[in-house]
Amino acid sequence: MTLHIVVLAKQVPDPEGPPTSFEVDPEERRVTVRGIPPVVNPFDENALEAAIKLKETVGEVTITLLSAGNGISKAVILKAVAAGADASYLVDDPAFDPASLDSHASAAVLAAVIERIGDYDLILCGRQAADTNAGQVGLGLAHLLHIPALTVAQSVEVADGRAVVKKVMPDGYEKAEAPLPALITVSGEIGDLRYPSLAAIKAAKALPQTVLAASDLDVDVSGLSRVETVALEAPSRERSCALIEADGPEEAGRMLAERLREDRVI
Amino acid sequence: MPDQNDIYIIAELSEEKHPTPLTLELMGLGKELAAGMGGDLHAVMPGEGMEAAAVELSRYGASGIFVLDHPALCDYNPDIYLPVLEGFFTDRSPRAIIISHTSIGADLGPRLAFALGAGLVTDCVGARAEAGEIRLVRPVYGGNALATLRATTDTVLATLRARVGSAPSPSGESEVTLVEAAVPAEIRIGLRGRERAVSAECPLEEAAVVVTGGRGIGGADGFEQLRELARLFGGAVGASRPPVDSGWAPTTCQVGITGKVVAPDIYIAVAISGSSQHLSGMSDSGKVVAINKDPEAYIFSVSDYGVVGDWRQVLPSFTARCRDILNE
Repeated sequence: MTLHIVVLAKQVPDPEGPPTSFEVDPEERRVTVRGIPPVVNPFDENALEAAIKLKETVGEVTITLLSAGNGISKAVILKAVAAGADASYLVDDPAFDPASLDSHASAAVLAAVIERIGDYDLILCGRQAADTNAGQVGLGLAHLLHIPALTVAQSVEVADGRAVVKKVMPDGYEKAEAPLPALITVSGEIGDLRYPSLAAIKAAKALPQTVLAASDLDVDVSGLSRVETVALEAPSRERSCALIEADGPEEAGRMLAERLREDRVI
Repeated sequence: MPDQNDIYIIAELSEEKHPTPLTLELMGLGKELAAGMGGDLHAVMPGEGMEAAAVELSRYGASGIFVLDHPALCDYNPDIYLPVLEGFFTDRSPRAIIISHTSIGADLGPRLAFALGAGLVTDCVGARAEAGEIRLVRPVYGGNALATLRATTDTVLATLRARVGSAPSPSGESEVTLVEAAVPAEIRIGLRGRERAVSAECPLEEAAVVVTGGRGIGGADGFEQLRELARLFGGAVGASRPPVDSGWAPTTCQVGITGKVVAPDIYIAVAISGSSQHLSGMSDSGKVVAINKDPEAYIFSVSDYGVVGDWRQVLPSFTARCRDILNE
């Protein structure tokens, strides 16, 4: 069996970065990220890992990595491709800045690229992007392509022309399946993306890469968005912390409990 | 009658077929939104065998309850739920459709919004009627910013986190209408059974006290100590992402934007530095207590009480003293 898997990869600011690196500008309704590198959305990395696992088990699998956005780092994409993809599509255009597109417009852009890629059996992407955490685009894309979608998979298998997943539930998992072609959103439980070797990164530079701009695609994003931002503010999460000072850590533990009792917390 | 300003909530039922607490919260919020928009609140209840549940829900302030009752709606299969609800809402053109941001809601919401061509805002922490429209608030950038959004479409669909609305007090019953569910003849998605993880502990989302460990816990043994403390309060143990990735704690106990969002009365963060994505999962907690050996750890900035020190030395005496206090 041959299987062509398209993996969607969104570039996001590193979600493990400290809160101080996100500067909120309420006037411009914009967040400026400082001092932390862009990464591939960790859930999209999980999706790529799921694709590579299928490659190891199913037989003949080709993986195409697709990233659309504005100002995509070539190094970030290269590292992902080197982990186990066979080709990549980069759609880089100011018109496709994720901050200016809602999920409907983003899904329309991706659908136009998928159209251009042509034949595919499976589309894998993260359950949500680590910047917006909205979890919409995958389902929107499946809707536009008229293919079935399964969400929040902790494992993905393919057999007899069907995809079978274990969907993460609050208290365990549910098995679900759908005929190919299908779209599956992937959760972290599937495992972290493997690290590519230096040799693989070098070799990945020679893999086919298609670079596209908005003008190459049959999609007009103006007027496509159905949601707009009215206001943006920094949340007031900070609290004033009463630090317990004591002679040694054991005493501090006791005093912490005493203080919580005094303040009727416990 | 269809009205451009009506608000619809989609009800979710517990396994015992009662409206879930979140559904009741949606009723409270939906009532406020409907009042603000000058429309009515309706609830839609898809499922099977829900006569009693419909009457129960009808005491929470909706103008009417629409029941979509069909054996095929017993379990949530998106291939069946979507066309049934799409059929229900076509011709109704409500101002807003509001769904709980649960496992089902997070799956159904986007599907339904795309099918109806409605604007979509997921995982909201606030919703209000303002300037003649519905405004929705949600965290972005891992909770480092709060965005207020509006839809440019006639209908907006929103999924809401727990505790955004408050459940109204039950009063008189309203009308329950049985609507025929247009179940599709052919479906593509098949469900093949569920596996439940067995857990004797209090569910994380419902616990009044949550004790959470981070990378500094160092191993599965450390989590046993956290469990001991949590047990004192009848609470639950959580973890940030690194311990889950390392296999010290199960994925079901991850607190953070990629795990579970909790808001207990007391949140005790042990050896947690406080990454954005973790803070997004707990910053609505009542009182936050932090134990960390790094005085610069960001967690202290979002805590009410803190001890700078090695948790291995701080926690045993803290746990022992808490036990004494609780036994007094």
